[in-house]
Amino acid sequence: MQFDPVYMFTVVMPQLLMAVPLTLFLTFGSSLIGNFLAVPVALARLSPNPLLSFPARAFIFTMRGTPLLIQLFFIYYGLGQLIPGWMMRGFPFLRDGIWYALFAFSINTAGYTGEILRGAIMAVPHGEIEAARAFGMNSRQVFFRVTLPRAVRICLPAMSTETILLLKATVLASLVTVYEVMGTATSIRVDTFRVYDTLVGAGIIYFCLVFVLTRVLNWVERKLNKDRMPVSSAAPKPAAA
Amino acid sequence: MAADSHSLFSLLAWGDSGYGDEFVRGVATTLFISFSSYAIAATIGLFGAWAKLCHIKALNRAGEVYTTLVRSLPELLLIFLIFYAGTSTLASLLVTLGLAEQGLEIDPFAAVIAALGLIYGAYLTDVLRGGIQAVPKGQIEAAKAFGMHAPKRFTRILFPQMIRYCIPGLGNQWLNITKDSAYVSVVAAVGEIMSVGRGAANRTHEPIFFYGATAIVFMIISGVSMFIFSRLEKRANRGVRRA
Repeated sequence: MQFDPVYMFTVVMPQLLMAVPLTLFLTFGSSLIGNFLAVPVALARLSPNPLLSFPARAFIFTMRGTPLLIQLFFIYYGLGQLIPGWMMRGFPFLRDGIWYALFAFSINTAGYTGEILRGAIMAVPHGEIEAARAFGMNSRQVFFRVTLPRAVRICLPAMSTETILLLKATVLASLVTVYEVMGTATSIRVDTFRVYDTLVGAGIIYFCLVFVLTRVLNWVERKLNKDRMPVSSAAPKPAAA
Repeated sequence: MAADSHSLFSLLAWGDSGYGDEFVRGVATTLFISFSSYAIAATIGLFGAWAKLCHIKALNRAGEVYTTLVRSLPELLLIFLIFYAGTSTLASLLVTLGLAEQGLEIDPFAAVIAALGLIYGAYLTDVLRGGIQAVPKGQIEAAKAFGMHAPKRFTRILFPQMIRYCIPGLGNQWLNITKDSAYVSVVAAVGEIMSVGRGAANRTHEPIFFYGATAIVFMIISGVSMFIFSRLEKRANRGVRRA
């Protein structure tokens, strides 16, 4: 069992690269669904009505207080126990682990981002909401035009951290028979007993993915938060009062 | 196949007929793994924070490489790497050096603790570094002016003040380490709570019940930890005026 860079780059890496789209699909798919679901979760959590806020609180605590691995297994094996056999035979996609993984990652993201978004909504300056009301917007308009866009921009840094964590968490899908990068690496490792080549190869790919994604998210943050960027030295400084 | 609720709960019985005692022992094992690897991680973290902040360029860079690398790789991949590749490398190294006999096998339990410790060492490095940087420089200078030498400066001035800033980060990483101890069940069944739950779910074909029970156990661990850390934070911040 030796480390063989040539084997790694010529045999292992091409196969792993083929699996990158699946990893990205899981990451962006569950990030998209999860972040959308986070809005109602945050709103319910902030609601004065305990019938809404208590379930939201319990949901967030469950998502944050238990390992993602358990959530995934609970959904994959648990739903498998509930779904009747004829449905499993009739709808082949129900046998594919990827949808269960996507579902588990999405609701997990909804829990984490819901809590982040709650903090951000509370951090929106009150004057802006008052101004929107003074313009005659109804509460729905105030929320969708002022509060939500503002809150998203406030919590953007925390949300990009979550997205990076999500990308790293997609390796868990390999445990429910999804052949994304980690799953492919595992299947090569099991077939060839090459531990170093497969794991180091997968490591290089994840390192590059995280590096690129960090850059992209930083760029998005700069684009959306132009007004809140530190003043560059080239710009004229306001005179000291 | 579907058992009624009475027989489901009898699966949690104490002794040979149920998994109750296995679960309780599993909690103890999970906490033991988490405590040991957290202690290793905190030690690495202190050295790492020092390495990143000291005046030796090579150490700065080494610390930077360590934290960046660990933080950008998935935890499961790192556990696989340390567990499969790391142990066999270490074993063959020890055999080559003549420190151990041929056919040495590293204890999976120790390997698992080392893996989690090495991963969380990187996260704690950054938590502790942030805490050290938050302590005003004048405090250290004043301590120097009083003639305190480095160990005393650390125990009397730096540590009591930095810990105040670190507690929220330390608490978060503790919660993460207890949850990540579940990944261990993927490489070796060392009897922690996730391995117990997984084994029980597979043998009884009751995944909802047993994964649910495992999840509840984790929620209790998280809830108690959160409570303890919020008390610790209050205690560390006593006498500090809130803005």
